[in-house]
Amino acid sequence: MAVTPSGESLDTFPRLLMHHARVRGARPAMREKDLGIWQTWSWSQVAEETQAFASGLAQLGFLRGDRLAIIGDNRPHLYGSMLSAQMLGGIPVPMYQDAVAAEMLFVLQDAGIHIAFVEDQEQVDKLLEIKDQCPELLHIVYDDPRGLNHYTQPFLHSFDEIVAAGRIRNQNQPEFIAAEIAQGRTDDVSVMLYTSGTTGKPKGVCQSHHAFIASARGGAEFDGLRDTDDILSYLPMAWVGDHLFSIAQAIYAGFTVNCPESGDTVLTDLREIGPTYYFAPPRVFENMLTQVMIRMEDAGAIKRGMFHYFMDVAKRCGAEILDGKPVSASDRLLYALGNLLVYGPLRNVLGMTRIRVAYTAGAAIGPDLCRFYRSIGINLKQLYGQTETCAYVGLQPDREIKFDSVGKPAPGVEIKIADNGEILVKGPMLLTEYYKRPDATAESINADGYFMTGDAGFLDHDGHLKIIDRAKDVGKLSGGAMFAPNYIENKLKFFQYIKEAVCFGHDRDMVCAFINIDMGAVGNWAERRNIAYSGYTDLACKPAVLELIGDCVAKVNAELAAEELTADTQIHRFLVLHKELDPDDDELTRTRKVRRGFIADKYAVLVEALYTGKPTQFIETEVKFEDGRRGKVAADLVIRDVPTYDAQGKRAA
Amino acid sequence: MAREIGEVILDLRNISLRFGGVKALTDISFDVRDHEIRAIIGPNGAGKSSMLNVINGVYRPQEGEIIFHGEHRRDMDTHEASAAGIARTFQNIALFKGMSVLDNLMTGRNLKIKTNFLQQALWWGPAQREEIEHRKKVEEVIDFLEIEHIRKTPVGRLPYGLQKRVELGRALAAEPKMLLLDEPMAGMNVEEKQDMCRFVLDVNDQFGTTIVLIEHDMGVVMDISDRVVVLDYGKKIGDGTPDEVKNNPEVISAYLGTQH
Repeated sequence: MAVTPSGESLDTFPRLLMHHARVRGARPAMREKDLGIWQTWSWSQVAEETQAFASGLAQLGFLRGDRLAIIGDNRPHLYGSMLSAQMLGGIPVPMYQDAVAAEMLFVLQDAGIHIAFVEDQEQVDKLLEIKDQCPELLHIVYDDPRGLNHYTQPFLHSFDEIVAAGRIRNQNQPEFIAAEIAQGRTDDVSVMLYTSGTTGKPKGVCQSHHAFIASARGGAEFDGLRDTDDILSYLPMAWVGDHLFSIAQAIYAGFTVNCPESGDTVLTDLREIGPTYYFAPPRVFENMLTQVMIRMEDAGAIKRGMFHYFMDVAKRCGAEILDGKPVSASDRLLYALGNLLVYGPLRNVLGMTRIRVAYTAGAAIGPDLCRFYRSIGINLKQLYGQTETCAYVGLQPDREIKFDSVGKPAPGVEIKIADNGEILVKGPMLLTEYYKRPDATAESINADGYFMTGDAGFLDHDGHLKIIDRAKDVGKLSGGAMFAPNYIENKLKFFQYIKEAVCFGHDRDMVCAFINIDMGAVGNWAERRNIAYSGYTDLACKPAVLELIGDCVAKVNAELAAEELTADTQIHRFLVLHKELDPDDDELTRTRKVRRGFIADKYAVLVEALYTGKPTQFIETEVKFEDGRRGKVAADLVIRDVPTYDAQGKRAA
Repeated sequence: MAREIGEVILDLRNISLRFGGVKALTDISFDVRDHEIRAIIGPNGAGKSSMLNVINGVYRPQEGEIIFHGEHRRDMDTHEASAAGIARTFQNIALFKGMSVLDNLMTGRNLKIKTNFLQQALWWGPAQREEIEHRKKVEEVIDFLEIEHIRKTPVGRLPYGLQKRVELGRALAAEPKMLLLDEPMAGMNVEEKQDMCRFVLDVNDQFGTTIVLIEHDMGVVMDISDRVVVLDYGKKIGDGTPDEVKNNPEVISAYLGTQH
């Protein structure tokens, strides 16, 4: 644990904050764009303001151990309020700002919130709507007073009013806050983050100062974060990743948190700030790439030619140069030229000129996508973790990037793979408990003190962790090999021509797949080859399209063959479905996850045909149209065999 | 509501406007009180836009009298009107399509600029300070209307609903005391209309701006106006609170038709 020269240990976030105010008081702690101009708060300003707000909260009756609900977009005052609550030994409970009132009700009741700090009128209105059902909610404090001057409820307070009251109290009792901070212990709960609750009711995950500081220190040392770094904070404050980056690591390493002007301006703000440290989910990186590609298609022929030529160079050697691998002198020279003409300007357009470390997580990222960013010199890496582990389990080390792994165990983290393939983790970052749910706490941590992640995965020869699926989705082939449908489907979906895939294999002797083509990408591909088609069904049945998809499947097989654990789950036969899987037909969930069981039942005849070796199968399906009408889609589907490979990449069948 | 409606600030008496033989407005009288939302409604060609154009001096009525803040006059002059704090938006958007949102809003500050052309061309001293002041005001409007993300976008590239919002923004940038809105919600979808209603109410509430608006959507008019004046064929056929107007038999027949 870090210790100041005076011997005080920096083992809680408020102590770290006071430390920064002393040693780098004038450096920027937070920025926010307001009225078109970036406003800066220095560490000493943040320390002063959070202490004032803390005293103001105490005045409202906020006690040690109380929970403070925090609802709103990423705003400096909202981040600061987390520290104010922690100063008093309280627990901040950030909540998802776009949740509707009824969804907030559960968390407010479960956490027993007395005081809520919210961003603006929108959030105040939501709380007023449900206040009658939360008798424990006594005070609502708002940051932005706009539109609220006619609200006369006595329990509504403005941020300015609370801070002003706190300042007076701090003048009269200058030792009050210092004494409160001194009482804090490192094992105190520092934050409660609610799990999204995709399975059952949300659970409040209690994390201690110790856990988050250990995770922040591990990450900061791993990537060499320092006080000159800048991060753009635009992901929900209630999400564990944002808490790790924008609170824990920022306050551990002392770097600057930048809050965008609004949700719609993030890309502009990204360019203006030019962060050195950046996080985004895969879809953000995907959207940026699509934007670049679309704009390049509209560029003049010379620029377009130059772009494509140098992107080929980057594809060949860019990622290797970033990883410090040997690359021929001529390629190095070409890459340097490309850097001057294409990669540098491109990074600038994306706002990524200054990035030293960028992370992505939350979903599988396609290897091509990852490779694109790395090849133009952006150090994009993956990480892996859960709310229960402070989002800190696996990190990809610089220069050791494998596109299909989530990296090595992070410093201080111990990973074990259970017999059923489930990933078990142990370390300082584990949760203290689920709030008021000793049953759930006991269920999630096994007798040896390992947290059960619920994900299945394995450690490869170099000690890299690969995630394959949710543990409960993993099945077994009748031959005994582990079958992870999601893992294979994701590999298939990384091809732009494949939109959805459904794999079968549990309790069967081989893996077979249904495939949905991507209408846009395949349609475009067909047009360029003068293949005429009338609609999805027609296009999906074209022999040339089947050929194209067959090649993709064969490539996936080659990848699966290279890994010992997955070599037996290569795809033997596939068909392209005659209709697109659709949430309206209950084949996908609303978040577009395939409902494998439902699909297997609905298309039982097709599954049967896959496994009985039939060359074709007739199918007729009822579909719902958007306007509520119903119709039928019928087709004779051709079933194709795919070559499989052995570990050396030779064709096995 | 804390908002209080004050004295009459604009009084129109016996206004008649003719274009050759066409009588656009015939002997119309009504008043606007400080701080209120006053709607003008009527079927197509009733003379609503002509009425607004009389108020801010685009048209000169042949007969009648306009009393604005106690001053009697025969007609308004457009410059006088805007100097006196009357700003307006137009039925067909009148923005500079090739200029950014920000620049369009800055044109709304035109009348408030005190430094001369040479000072501004050199952009030195007072001119610089002044522009920063104006920019600050414009940024407040941008924040108010939640259009930060399109600050630098050329107006021509924006969807219709947003262009309408920008036009309101330009009028607001002039910090008007009275705002004339000519069909601010025409051609909008339900969601855009709701947004616009909220902005109109907020402007009225927070800046204390008096608002005179023409609108076809009866739901909107009845919801947000304090008083409504109804025109038909250039004549006034009703005047009063939304409820009074709704039950006025002449208004009903003008809108729904009557059995003859």
